[in-house]
Amino acid sequence: MRFVDEFRDPERVHSCAAEIRSLTTQPWTIMEICGGQTHSIVRYGLDQLLPDGLTLVHGPGCPVCVTPVEMINKAIDIASQPDVILCSYGDMLRVPGSGRDLLSAKALGADIRIVYSPLDAIKTARANPGKQVVFFAVGFETTAPANGMSILQAAREGLGNYSMLATHVRVPPAMRAILTSQGTRIQGFLAAGHVCTVMGIDEYLPIAKEFHVPIVVTGFEPLDVLQGIAECVRQLEQGRAEVSNQYSRVVRSEGNPHARRVIEEVFEIVPRNWRGIGTFPESGLGISSKYRDYDAESRFGPGPPTS
Amino acid sequence: MTDFNQSCPIPIADYPHILLAHGGGGRLMNQLIERMFRKAFDNPELNHCHDGACLDLPAQRIALTTDSYVVHPLFFPGGDIGSMAVYGTVNDLAMCGALPLYLTAGFIIEEGLPMETLWRVVQSMSHAAREAGVSVVTGDTKVVNHGKGDGLFINTAGVGVLKPGIEIGPRQIREGDAILLNGDIGSHGIAIMARREGLEFETALESDLANLSGLVQELMESHLPIHCMRDLTRGGLASALNEIASTADLTIEIHENQIPVKAAVRGACGLLGLDPLYVANEGRFIIILPEEDAEPCLSILQAHPLGAQAVRIGSVRKKGTAPVELVTPFGLHRILDLLSGEQLPRIC
Repeated sequence: MRFVDEFRDPERVHSCAAEIRSLTTQPWTIMEICGGQTHSIVRYGLDQLLPDGLTLVHGPGCPVCVTPVEMINKAIDIASQPDVILCSYGDMLRVPGSGRDLLSAKALGADIRIVYSPLDAIKTARANPGKQVVFFAVGFETTAPANGMSILQAAREGLGNYSMLATHVRVPPAMRAILTSQGTRIQGFLAAGHVCTVMGIDEYLPIAKEFHVPIVVTGFEPLDVLQGIAECVRQLEQGRAEVSNQYSRVVRSEGNPHARRVIEEVFEIVPRNWRGIGTFPESGLGISSKYRDYDAESRFGPGPPTS
Repeated sequence: MTDFNQSCPIPIADYPHILLAHGGGGRLMNQLIERMFRKAFDNPELNHCHDGACLDLPAQRIALTTDSYVVHPLFFPGGDIGSMAVYGTVNDLAMCGALPLYLTAGFIIEEGLPMETLWRVVQSMSHAAREAGVSVVTGDTKVVNHGKGDGLFINTAGVGVLKPGIEIGPRQIREGDAILLNGDIGSHGIAIMARREGLEFETALESDLANLSGLVQELMESHLPIHCMRDLTRGGLASALNEIASTADLTIEIHENQIPVKAAVRGACGLLGLDPLYVANEGRFIIILPEEDAEPCLSILQAHPLGAQAVRIGSVRKKGTAPVELVTPFGLHRILDLLSGEQLPRIC
């Protein structure tokens, strides 16, 4: 498979790991932002190739894990109402809320469906005009454009039975929060390649400068991750703190302007509570007032109290 | 024996759909049994028309197994619930080293199921049973209210006979044993998921559903000292290895780059965030046997159409930190754990 096999090639992986070992002269601590990168590191055992003293700290870039308890409670509450179909991504279903998870709510009779795209939720809304179809939208800037598209599509079609429970999060405020937290050990970042595919790299420039940390936009295959680490270590060893792009086969520095326009049209920047971390200003994307009619939080009212 | 094929006319024309009455014990149920099930499964034991089948078995020891089939959709690329209900149970018997002989068939039918659908499934079962050399000797029919079933559920139990001295199972595996796999993994689960979810791929992907009994009988006739066999159904290769290693209290080590996976399956798994090591198969199995017997066993496997791609994927070690360890393509080790539940598509 092109664009996959060459980035899983054992010879290239080992040669990049050797480069990292030869570059490293002192201990460094690097955070890979994205859960997809962490998955690759653990899946392939890449941490075993790194020299002693080079530490990877797994970042907060898993939208499923950082979705706050109160939003899961809210999703369960909405899904448990009559004549509601709740659609979400598969791995969202087993994340516990205060009491139970969506899988348990489904077992007790709620109509909860796994979808692969928000446009599948739109199809469900079209096919079930007598039901309220709610898409539980989690994700970073990566998934926000496609989720936003579903609202635009619903608006175009006048699909009054479609709404979205949105808990999108943004990467840069989380990086700032990590860098300003007391006793932070992070000296460099692997930025999330897919987020930058949408957003480009400009918003990382001030962070690299202000905190003097190298930020390497990195992909997800094993060789991507190791090349990202190599570039990060190279900068650290040389005392540089720049934004560089390892994932140039996908990421353009300006990002994807069409996708960004969808985000700007449908969402607005809001404070967001990250599960296990806390609330950061400007760290989320909420549905803007223009599309309030498609916001499940306003359609279904306040959820159950958080416990 | 009557020759059945897909063009056999449906034998019950009075009602185009299953009614509750088809399970009610009266004339309609009788009609269903006589015209459909007995016609399709025709054999002397069934034709006794008694409450149960009485069997003469040519062995002292038998293998007995049961499995329920709830697959949705009922028809999928490469198979259907009927052929799966036969091959699945036949394969479980074969994994014990037994020669499968008899099956039972229990049908739980949802009211409203098109009669034609049931007929297609029954014909497929009949065809599969003939291919696997087994007779369906007794059965049961229940009809449940509309909305209380998913169209059709089938349970089959199977009886097979064992030659004296055959002891095959997870407790028989030993340190140093080799682990062989008969072909590429993941096609069944991905084919079903693609059909169920309406996913479309450029390459048509078919289930690997197959009757493994013929191949297993060849292995048994070779008198190789096979310690364990296991078909890689729900939970896939990773779950089967975990169950075996935990039962044996040993560690199994497998090499990821030795495990064949079709490009279409790899691609689909990549898109959906699934791991082919946990995806279900219906025609794949592993064989665990002493290291020195691995090559002759591979030769037998590779000479058979269902083992043409057979490979050695790993070996049994003394107990380590985890039941199963995976060596990645880069020579690195990681634990290959059981899943906490069902494998769900990942966004993250």
